[in-house]
Amino acid sequence: MNLPLFEFTNQRLTYEGRLVLDNLCLRIQPGERVALIGGSGSGKSTLLKALREQCPDQIAWCPQQPGLVPMLSTFHNIYMGALQRHSVFYNLANLIKPLPAAKRAVSEIAQAIELQHQLFSPVDRLSGGQQQRTSIGRALIQERSVFLGDEPVSGIDEYQSEVLLNLIFQRHNTVVLALHDVAQALRVCTRVIGLKDGAIILDAPSAELEASDLADIYGISDSSLNPPRQ
Amino acid sequence: MIAASKSSHRDSSAKALRNTSFWFAAVALLCLSMADLDISTPNPWGELGLMAAGALSPTVWSWPTLLTSLANTFSFALQGIALASTVGFLLALGYKFTLVRAFCAFIRSIHELFWALLFIQIAGLSSLTGLLAIAIPYAGTLAKIYGELFEEVDPSPINNLPSQSLNLSRSLSHFCYTVLPLAWRSMATYTSYRFECAIRSSAILGFVGLPTIGFHLETTLSEGNYSEAAAFFYALLLLIATLRFWLQKRLLPLYLIGAFYYLPPQAQTSWQLVKRFISEDIVPTPLRGQANLNAESLGAFGQWCNQLWQHQIWPGLVNTMLLGQIVLVFTGLLALLLFPLNSPLFFRGWRGFGDAILILLRTLPEYLLAFLGLLIFGPSMVPAILALGIHNGAIIGHLVGRHTDELTLRADVGTGLNLYFYEVLPRIYRQFLAFLFYRWEVILRETAILGILGITTLGFYIDSAFEEFRFDRALLLILASAMLNIGVDHFARWLRQRLHLKSIPESL
Repeated sequence: MNLPLFEFTNQRLTYEGRLVLDNLCLRIQPGERVALIGGSGSGKSTLLKALREQCPDQIAWCPQQPGLVPMLSTFHNIYMGALQRHSVFYNLANLIKPLPAAKRAVSEIAQAIELQHQLFSPVDRLSGGQQQRTSIGRALIQERSVFLGDEPVSGIDEYQSEVLLNLIFQRHNTVVLALHDVAQALRVCTRVIGLKDGAIILDAPSAELEASDLADIYGISDSSLNPPRQ
Repeated sequence: MIAASKSSHRDSSAKALRNTSFWFAAVALLCLSMADLDISTPNPWGELGLMAAGALSPTVWSWPTLLTSLANTFSFALQGIALASTVGFLLALGYKFTLVRAFCAFIRSIHELFWALLFIQIAGLSSLTGLLAIAIPYAGTLAKIYGELFEEVDPSPINNLPSQSLNLSRSLSHFCYTVLPLAWRSMATYTSYRFECAIRSSAILGFVGLPTIGFHLETTLSEGNYSEAAAFFYALLLLIATLRFWLQKRLLPLYLIGAFYYLPPQAQTSWQLVKRFISEDIVPTPLRGQANLNAESLGAFGQWCNQLWQHQIWPGLVNTMLLGQIVLVFTGLLALLLFPLNSPLFFRGWRGFGDAILILLRTLPEYLLAFLGLLIFGPSMVPAILALGIHNGAIIGHLVGRHTDELTLRADVGTGLNLYFYEVLPRIYRQFLAFLFYRWEVILRETAILGILGITTLGFYIDSAFEEFRFDRALLLILASAMLNIGVDHFARWLRQRLHLKSIPESL
């Protein structure tokens, strides 16, 4: 048995002083692809935050709200993820005028997430989906072994989002994602963790699960599990 | 239940605003009854008439003099703001440290004229004195504003970046990619507003002898030569009014190089002079030349302090606070009277014109206004009240007027006084008080400085001490005025928090 990457034993997790998850017991091994599912307020984001704090130096983080710097270009917003690999002088020079090596590294990622044509436009001119991609790009360039994402593809259509998720899997050994699309979670992840009312109510390999098993987590009928998407 | 408690909370907060306003006005009335409001000149209207006649017939006595003094005024201001924004930026990086905050509060609590009077003793009437007198207090102000802007930016971009260890160079990179771009525009706007203030400060430095436009204004006005004074005055207004046309961002480095080339900061001074000033001149007389402190010298020092306190510090403090309180309330009243000039709700078609009046009133340096008032009314608190009230009232009126842009009123709203008292005034009052209390510190600093003109605030005693070469006294008095400003700044901040007043630092 490998040493677990993340481990919680009887942990209490709070959000702004409010208890969100109680008596949490959870282990995640290196190499797993975990989907966190659950209604809003079920504690997915709180759990992700706790995971992030357990080994901050191995984690590439992709938040639900992209939190980009609107006046900077896509290039700079992606490059931001790589700041700590370079000296402050290199970073400052690159802020004023993009440097060739940084351009190559960022272009490679922009190509993969299909933002190569928007690379030098201010990021506030981009659509919501493109901003989400930028945020993924900022996580990819960190070149970490673990990827944590809070609804990283929520604003992107189903086909594209699967392409992006596969890209994330290719480049990271361990991946933990909060996802609202249950069918997608079952398709792409190896393990599904369901959260409800401050507790883990389901934790199983996705091969053993069907979409109907997850209906309970949302407390809604089977038919509305996959709401129509624009 | 929740709605009821909410509305009662709102009631009590509105009541707090009303009560605070009432007490401020009541104290100001009390102060007014104790203030020296004599008009000592025999014929104030006659003097005003002469000034008006002069204003209508500006005469340039010497173009080279006028242009050199304009160029000097501009150079001091530009150099000063360049140095101040650089130092202010560096200080703002450490603004979360209490020590840095206190240092910034201290250097900005001393008015640029007091800094100038201090540096004149060491570096004479030199370009270095002019530069430092502007740069030091402005660095303190800019550090505060930059620091507050850095704290207010959206924190999510920097929080989303990979873990920030306590590595200085790493966090500097993070700062430059997230916080700095987010704050940049506000910083630039505020700095350019401060540049306009720096031109006023630079002009005023002439009143203590530096070769800016104030020097010639003081001479010509004192001689009653109003036509020539008018020419200098209009030149200053023109300089400020046309800034936006010729002082463009791209040309800024060029102007800066030009300013340093034209007026390189230098001074005829020696280390001996500096050493003497620090180790002897500013040391309290009873302690001077004493290697060891003994009971006798300490006793003498106590007596010296006591004398100074009774005869200068205490009366100066009382008069500064008295006048400051009157000015604060008068400023508020004027701002409430003037803000419709810059409001789309009242002067729809004429708003540009109305705001131009406010900006013109704001552009007039308060020190110059007080000097004019002194010539008209003679030495009393009247010129100071009028000058500071008009200048600051126009600044706050302009901002409050702009704030009314954000109000959305119903379609069938009244007009005129009904609109003013029922719809607009209640809605803007909170913001108005926020601006006023934010400005309080500045008003008090200016009140102290007007003492140089002969009104018995702290500045009067400071100026006299400099004239008598009693630098030890001057320094202690300056420190007293700094403490007063810092105290008022703290009180105003406490009041803003207690009354839940938000204040954005823009243009104040």
